[in-house]
Amino acid sequence: MMHLSFALQKDIFIGFFRASMLGYGGGPATIPLVHKEVVETYGWLDDEEFSDILAIGNTLPGPIMTKMAGYIGYRVGGYAGLTSALAASVLPTVLIMIALISVLINYRDSPVVQGMTNAIAPVVGVMLFMLAFNFLRRSQRALGWPVVVGLSVVSLIAFELIGLHPAILIAALIIYALVRRSPKEGEAS
Amino acid sequence: MIEYWHLFLAFLIPGVVGYGGGPASIPLIEYEVVQRYGWMTTPEFGEVLALGNALPGPIATKMAGYIGYEVGGVFGAVVAIAATVIPSLVAMIILLKLLMRFKNSPKVKRMTTLIRPAIAVLLGVLAYQFFATSYEGAGLVQTILLVVLSFLALERWHIHPAFVIIGALSYGAIFLS
Repeated sequence: MMHLSFALQKDIFIGFFRASMLGYGGGPATIPLVHKEVVETYGWLDDEEFSDILAIGNTLPGPIMTKMAGYIGYRVGGYAGLTSALAASVLPTVLIMIALISVLINYRDSPVVQGMTNAIAPVVGVMLFMLAFNFLRRSQRALGWPVVVGLSVVSLIAFELIGLHPAILIAALIIYALVRRSPKEGEAS
Repeated sequence: MIEYWHLFLAFLIPGVVGYGGGPASIPLIEYEVVQRYGWMTTPEFGEVLALGNALPGPIATKMAGYIGYEVGGVFGAVVAIAATVIPSLVAMIILLKLLMRFKNSPKVKRMTTLIRPAIAVLLGVLAYQFFATSYEGAGLVQTILLVVLSFLALERWHIHPAFVIIGALSYGAIFLS
């Protein structure tokens, strides 16, 4: 394991560096890019594991991108992996911010910057939407469309109409799944 | 020394009580930075936030790094970023370690399938907010054009997101300015 670690650490760094440097709109907007790197490019996790990690991340406070990066880095490459993933997610963008802020202040209201901001938003939207659709399609295979549509509609009403905090609904679903006994379950856990 | 302690607290609290990722914790950071410690005025904070949003990467750590650096130099930046990142990450690792121990239990499997639609809805709502932003900024025609083109590029032509994102940024700089 140890002799592999340099190449692995390099991959972890590159994966999270790419996701972070391409992610516009803050950490949550970066999630599809993290998914692309860790599930598709490097295959460290499958879709189930990724959505579990994302769900647990959403039940906890704090920034989501660094939680995902730190945990996935740790799981793939131990404490060194955690450090690589966090450094790649955080440091480059912080350094750019500190270095460029005096330059950028002059261009703040420039139409070029406005145009770039407006053009990137729909692309981020498409990436988020595709990941959402991908998750729905996969849970359909396990639960069937009626249950998936039911759960989705309940979630949508809870988040958007009632204004229930997502963390509360996800925590409630987790507790329900873990506590309720299923009839055919033989083992005591 | 007291300055570093204040930086630590100012970024620890939003990281511990702020749910919904970095962007959701921005108002809490503003409260600490502007109201409680007076390191910046509200317009200054707004300016830094706008610039931070124009750059890639997570926003909470960019704000922490920049404000920490302004207040306490390189060590200040390290303290502010650590306070933002570490507490929630430690909780995340502990919780997932517990869960992984029961990975093969049918209950954990059921949990995985039950929460996925809720996560999908959350991502869908986020997607909708980005479409709305673009509709307000660039109008309906440009939004539809960019949505269709980026969908085809990503899903049909399997172009790497890096090129799609760079392409969109260039398009915006040339045609939407």
